[in-house]
Amino acid sequence: MAVLIDLVLLAMLAITALRVIFLKDLFAVVMLFGIYSFLSALIFVSLDAVDVAFTEASVGAGISTVLMLGTLALTGRTEKENKHSSLLPFLVVVVTGAALVYGTLDMPPFGHPDNPVHEHVAPRYIEQSPKEVGLPNMVTSVLASYRGFDTLGETVVVFAAAIGVMSLLGIRRRSEDETPESGLKEHQVLRVVAKLLIPFVVLFALYVQFHGDFGPGGGFQAGVIAAAAFILYALVYGLPLAFQVIGPKFLQLLAPFGVLLYASVGLYSMFKGGLFLDYNTLASDPVAGQHYGIIIIELGVGITVFAVMLSIFYAFASQAERSNVQ
Amino acid sequence: MFVLDIISSVLLVAGVFFGLSGAIGLFKFPDFFTRVHAASVTDSIAAILIISGLLLQTSFDLNTAKLIFIFFFLMITSPTASHALAKSARHGGLLSMAERKTSDNSNTQENQH
Repeated sequence: MAVLIDLVLLAMLAITALRVIFLKDLFAVVMLFGIYSFLSALIFVSLDAVDVAFTEASVGAGISTVLMLGTLALTGRTEKENKHSSLLPFLVVVVTGAALVYGTLDMPPFGHPDNPVHEHVAPRYIEQSPKEVGLPNMVTSVLASYRGFDTLGETVVVFAAAIGVMSLLGIRRRSEDETPESGLKEHQVLRVVAKLLIPFVVLFALYVQFHGDFGPGGGFQAGVIAAAAFILYALVYGLPLAFQVIGPKFLQLLAPFGVLLYASVGLYSMFKGGLFLDYNTLASDPVAGQHYGIIIIELGVGITVFAVMLSIFYAFASQAERSNVQ
Repeated sequence: MFVLDIISSVLLVAGVFFGLSGAIGLFKFPDFFTRVHAASVTDSIAAILIISGLLLQTSFDLNTAKLIFIFFFLMITSPTASHALAKSARHGGLLSMAERKTSDNSNTQENQH
């Protein structure tokens, strides 16, 4: 039964990918990307990787779809005709694909218990992490504690993405004399329902943020969900009102604050006599120290992801609004 | 618990039936508004049936509460999404089939005069 579900999901994934290649209407392509992400999230669920599925659903299907739609608002929704011959690219793709397939021939068999992945660090995580870190959700122990340095790098990458978008686009505030003609004034139902739902979305983001130690979730997902709540607000009520709720300047403070909060935990643990990001030194009891460290760095991740996603959306949306005004 | 299992599977199968009929309607119906109608109405009833079927499978614990929350939010968001979709289409000037017919007829009558 599980094999059948996997096969159906994989087949749908392949069909979606092929449609994405051949469609010229970019709006439909963005929607298909969302479907693609949901399908991969379902595959992750069937592989018991709930945290990854959660991330894929919230980041891949949620925020990226909104951001790509924002890009489409700036660039137009049809693909340009490609006049060049596609023979050479096709050859390159075939050769690369053949090389990759040849490379997989030497890989160990799928799912075999003697594979290197199952013998290297995984047994240590599974056997020792309840004692060393003491969290029910092992994924969070690995992500935030054993691989804390990697996660710091990921947070810095997210922050760097915001810097890139800001330096290319920037957030333009409208001047006061332009009448704000944004938001969905006609959609009374949407306005009421959005007002009703946004508090619950923010509440759920906080739950995901602080329950990440015990269940699926964590800073990345929580930041994205919270950003989605404010993006919904900005879409329904218009950018000027959203700027009054959380201004771009405040987001520019929040984004580095999260990264610095994360890194300062590492520095503090060095100051206490341990290694960088060695949470054992944060409290007299090593396991309690691990708990403090993980909660604080997850908070840092959540704050940075929230601020970065929202400010990227602000950048796209304010540009699109400006080009509509002109 | 045997009776509950039977009721729950009947509800699940009925939910799947309505979901499937909605998908078929989405492809077969002639224009935008009928398609949105097919998708949204069957979506709601399928969600109601499937979630009630799943509720009978839980043993009144945290999962029950989570399912009730999902039910609550689906009941709010899914009709809203359909409404917003149809309303945007109206706003963009898309006519329903009946309206298109009458406007076609009046056009041809004007031409004949």
